[in-house]
Amino acid sequence: MVPDGLVAVVKRGCPTCELVAPVLAQLHDQLTIYSQDDPTFPDGIGAHDDTALDVSFALDIDTVPTLLRVQDGHVVDRVVGWERAGWEKFTGVDDLGAGLPDWRPGCGSRTHDPDVVDARLVASIMPHLHARLVELGDAEDESEAMYARGWSDGLPLVPPTPARVARMCAGTSRDPSEVVAVVPPDLVECTVEKVAINAVMAGCLPDYLPVVLTALEAACTDAFNMHGLLATTWLSGPLVVVNGPVTRTIGMNSGVNALGQGNRANATIGRALQLVIRNVGGGRPGEVDRATFGNPGKYTFCFAEDEAGSPWESLAVERGLPEGASAVTLFAAEGVRGVVDQLSREPESLARSYAACLRTVAHPKNIFVWDAMLIVSPEHGRVFRDAGWTKSRLRQELDALLQLPADEIVRGAGGIAEGMPEALCQPGTTLPKFRPGGLLITHAGGSAGLFSAIIGGWASGAVGSEPVTREVRT
Amino acid sequence: MSKRLLDPTSERQAGTARERAKRRGALGGKHVALLDISKPRGSVFLDRVEELLRARGADVSRFSKPTFTKPAPVDLRHEITSTCDVVIEALAD
Repeated sequence: MVPDGLVAVVKRGCPTCELVAPVLAQLHDQLTIYSQDDPTFPDGIGAHDDTALDVSFALDIDTVPTLLRVQDGHVVDRVVGWERAGWEKFTGVDDLGAGLPDWRPGCGSRTHDPDVVDARLVASIMPHLHARLVELGDAEDESEAMYARGWSDGLPLVPPTPARVARMCAGTSRDPSEVVAVVPPDLVECTVEKVAINAVMAGCLPDYLPVVLTALEAACTDAFNMHGLLATTWLSGPLVVVNGPVTRTIGMNSGVNALGQGNRANATIGRALQLVIRNVGGGRPGEVDRATFGNPGKYTFCFAEDEAGSPWESLAVERGLPEGASAVTLFAAEGVRGVVDQLSREPESLARSYAACLRTVAHPKNIFVWDAMLIVSPEHGRVFRDAGWTKSRLRQELDALLQLPADEIVRGAGGIAEGMPEALCQPGTTLPKFRPGGLLITHAGGSAGLFSAIIGGWASGAVGSEPVTREVRT
Repeated sequence: MSKRLLDPTSERQAGTARERAKRRGALGGKHVALLDISKPRGSVFLDRVEELLRARGADVSRFSKPTFTKPAPVDLRHEITSTCDVVIEALAD
């Protein structure tokens, strides 16, 4: 494509290129010039048009002017910027650029302009996108068009234009056509591209995509049972807890208002997962989603664990991942409830507060079927840290405190019909509130507040949903 | 210029719902599968259905899903479809 011999790549917008224009004119006979922005530059001699930058990319130009020697189609030498001695040696011509300074640095090549980089990226990925193109009429409002097609969870969506989706796909090294998971309830093979489309609509940045992909993989395992979680009449949905360096890279919130609004990554990762289930899997409220109430977390429910401030190992490490790995943990979650304890300064007392509140998950007389996640706040965490309690010590204490007297939880006890069957409840015995592994403990929240939070679960284990932790792949 | 968006859905064709199975007519002499989805007390309902079906001369086999929260496993669906004429699936609670 580029002829052998001396080649110069320049642009009119570069003061150094303007400065050396007389030199380029002097060398005109032995030089092939490419202009990145204006083929009439240098004035009077002109240049080959490289406004599309194909030659500049092929020659790997970082700076203009760059002078190159091409042999048999390959660059064998180059000089960057203006440097009289270098140019003279390079060209074998003496007395170049009389009156010019000896040296001037060049300017950035247009190949590094952010809009150019983006356009190249988009152009390189576009041919690999295969989703159907939906053409909107001139008079159609795109936001309303997306509502009308049923793509929305009720909130406005970012229009998934091919360029936006291509940019999103660049957030992962995985091929756009790679199948990520088989998504319930329609059991559809879902590609990276389809996840990217929904991630765009949810408002994600490309850097979030690996987390969304991993969350979807985890959600669509048999163990997590997204199908059942969607179909159940219970008020639960998928919660994504994120651990590891990715939480800092993408700026997730694990502190003040970690479970609330206001952070883009927290807000859109959980939403993207739900949009994939809606749009790709076909899981819509009133259809296969039969929730009696649902909960606000079914729009989005995602936060990062505060690992730096935690008195304990992270949720992901506790669940078997190596330190320093980025991971998601999926939990079948109902809403968030608070545990207020502003008086306990001893871990034993605080653990008893937790146990009293954890007992009420689903129903104070229901056991074993419901998992729960306990989110310990920084101020409560300090009580355990100061007392030297490990996470397993807290868990051990809670297990003991949550051995419930059979006489209290049997059906009919306390004048309440609800409860456990008589066959399970031998008088005088106790039974555990949670199954082994049914209580997850994490650390998050703002630095002020002697509160913690409990998130109840759904039918647990093999009957319903098992929490699933997966390492995030890039 | 019109705007173009990429379809976020599975792109399954609308209107390709499966056809209903052929009706079997009277159940006398037929082999009826009763599928318990494993919700509490589903068996109470199915016991009574089985009693009524047998009184009408049907042959009845009982099946149950491992858990009500997941679709019936492929093997179970295959066993039912290959050994029975009709299936009745029971919810409960």
